[in-house]
Amino acid sequence: MKGILSLTVNNRPGVLNRITNLFTKRNYNIESMTVGPSEQNGISRMTFVVDVDDEAVIEQITKQLNKQIDVLKVFDITNQSIVARELALIKILVTTQTRAEIYSVIEPFRASVIDVSKDSLTVQITGESDKIEAFIELIKPYGIKELARTGTAAIPRGMQIAHAKSATIV
Amino acid sequence: MTQKSVVADRKSGKTHYSGAEFLLDALKKENVEVIFGYPGGSVLPIYDKLYSSELFHILTRHEQGAIHAAEGYARITGKPGVVIVTSGPGATNIVTGLADAMIDSLPLVVISGQVATSVIGSDAFQEADVLGITTPITKHNYQVRKPEDLPRIIKEAFYIASSGRPGPVLIDIPKDMAIIEGESTDKEPEMDLPGYQPTTKPNYLQIRKLVEAVSGAKRPVILAGAGVLHAKASHLLKEYVEQQGIPVVHTLLGLGGFPAEHPLFIGMGGMHGCYAANMALSKCDLLINIGARFDDRLTGNLAKFAQHATVAHIDIDPAEIGKNVQTKIPVVGSAKEALAELIAQNGKKPEIDVWTTQLTAWNEEFPLRYTHEEGVLKPQRVIQMLHEKTNGEAIVTTDVGQHQMWAAQYYPFNKPNSWVTSGGLGTMGFGLPSALGAQLANPKATVLSISGDGGFQMCLQELSVIAEMNLPIKIIIVNNGALGMVRQWQELFHDNRFSHSIFQSHPDFVKLADAYGIPGYKVTTEEEASNCLDVALKTDGPVLIDFRVKQNENVFPMVAQGKGLDEMEGV
Repeated sequence: MKGILSLTVNNRPGVLNRITNLFTKRNYNIESMTVGPSEQNGISRMTFVVDVDDEAVIEQITKQLNKQIDVLKVFDITNQSIVARELALIKILVTTQTRAEIYSVIEPFRASVIDVSKDSLTVQITGESDKIEAFIELIKPYGIKELARTGTAAIPRGMQIAHAKSATIV
Repeated sequence: MTQKSVVADRKSGKTHYSGAEFLLDALKKENVEVIFGYPGGSVLPIYDKLYSSELFHILTRHEQGAIHAAEGYARITGKPGVVIVTSGPGATNIVTGLADAMIDSLPLVVISGQVATSVIGSDAFQEADVLGITTPITKHNYQVRKPEDLPRIIKEAFYIASSGRPGPVLIDIPKDMAIIEGESTDKEPEMDLPGYQPTTKPNYLQIRKLVEAVSGAKRPVILAGAGVLHAKASHLLKEYVEQQGIPVVHTLLGLGGFPAEHPLFIGMGGMHGCYAANMALSKCDLLINIGARFDDRLTGNLAKFAQHATVAHIDIDPAEIGKNVQTKIPVVGSAKEALAELIAQNGKKPEIDVWTTQLTAWNEEFPLRYTHEEGVLKPQRVIQMLHEKTNGEAIVTTDVGQHQMWAAQYYPFNKPNSWVTSGGLGTMGFGLPSALGAQLANPKATVLSISGDGGFQMCLQELSVIAEMNLPIKIIIVNNGALGMVRQWQELFHDNRFSHSIFQSHPDFVKLADAYGIPGYKVTTEEEASNCLDVALKTDGPVLIDFRVKQNENVFPMVAQGKGLDEMEGV
């Protein structure tokens, strides 16, 4: 199963190392990870997506993370209603014949073209992981020159509906 | 710079201090009694200030000796053991001790030197990424980037090391940080630890649940671990046990937490535990774990462990609860607070006479045993004699292996803080230096450093310190000319193929002791052993005794790996 953990940590040298080390030490596999500043000064927010056997493992990861001195709070948002986003930058091969067609694929995904050259287009797309997967699949036949993806960044929704599974609104 | 002179300087208006001055001043404020260390290039500025300080420093002969000594000190006192080592090799030499202290929850504050900030990352002379190396084996670590941060960092380090679940904290000090000056404020440094708030007081509802579970139990057992000792809760454990009449099983590291002579003490559980204790763990219907972490050497095959039991687990580290064994009643808190609350609740005493009678009967029917052989010195007998001659009141430190298990089996402990052993990491070489630390922690105690002939040779250089300080440690070598436990496993599980476990030669340990200025004896019979121990225990300083015991004696009973606790061999 997939678990999503959102944590706030002190923005200090070595903190990321301590946390990723913890995953290595205990043999937890990270599917994706993002880090960036949070709303508070000096405090970063990290989002981990982990693929684990069961909820007990997520609980154990949460507890182990909580033991770290520089980890301020850990939220297991796996079963919460959340907003989760990922970003991908994709450089696609284009020819005069395919250009218009590619634009027509980009449009419904609300992706945007951020760089254009004679034989390529660079597209930016944000959304949930699934949406980005779907877009990449569609665009693959045209030829992907380069691709860069971030991990998932996630926070709980402002309003929690009881027993809600992670929402899938794009 | 001593504290006195810093104070004097403050009066005279001095406002700037070097990192080394800040450091030593802060160590003084923590009432550090002894520092175990080894100087080197990167810590020269610190050692220079130490020269004129009142701080008591012991120069061990290897950094590994320093950190194991600090562990021995910490185990006995509960206070953080303090270590100073230099950068690079000095720091990498303490890695084993850090891992050992981490897994056995011993408080340490370790200062490592580091190359100057200007050359960090350039592969400078004696540079190693100590923060990177020690991250997985410390509770927390720091690298100092401003000398004036040191008072706060030291204060935090001592607090982190000794509170919650104790553990080692490392502070890496680049050489220039020890030299350059920072501005001092006379104010007490403020700790900045919003992410660290250990829970000591247990949740009331969980305690109530436990009280109810106890009152209805038919076959309850308490599994008491080292958490009881760390929390200094032995007296409360006894009080609670007597109030409820519940039998107690100890883990290897918990020994001494509950009096071995007590009628409700069943014995040590685990791989080399006694039959009754392991049956208690297997057959119980309520298992109350207090401060143990369900190590695999204790549980045996997890699928067969306490199969019919409701498991309650009291631990100050929430991450230990449910880690290995599913827990029905989790109680996060210190053993001390939890036991005090349980006693205060004074719940209905369970009716378990049948159960306790059964356990006692098992102990009578299947006691720890070994066979006497005429003219052969048995290692078990050696340990028994040590127990008799010291009235069971010594502090015992060990290495790892057969002698360790025999010591745990045949030296019953009645008092807390008398057993110093490397449980989780299983570190050979731990015994002798930890005895040094234990003796300094309790100068009046009789300290027995029991080692095998293998482990003894891993840190024997600390004989030098023991001789220099004339510490009255009795150094016992249970010498079977082999890596006994390795040999035993090869015999049992590798078809008697003794691959590199039998020593082809040994130094003459008596002459070796003599070379260090320590009286040494070789003993081959029971009679010699008895006489020699009498002499040794009357001797004021250190004595080394080389007990030549039977080589192929095995530790039994035993739960083979993968087996359940109720599938013991050699009962």
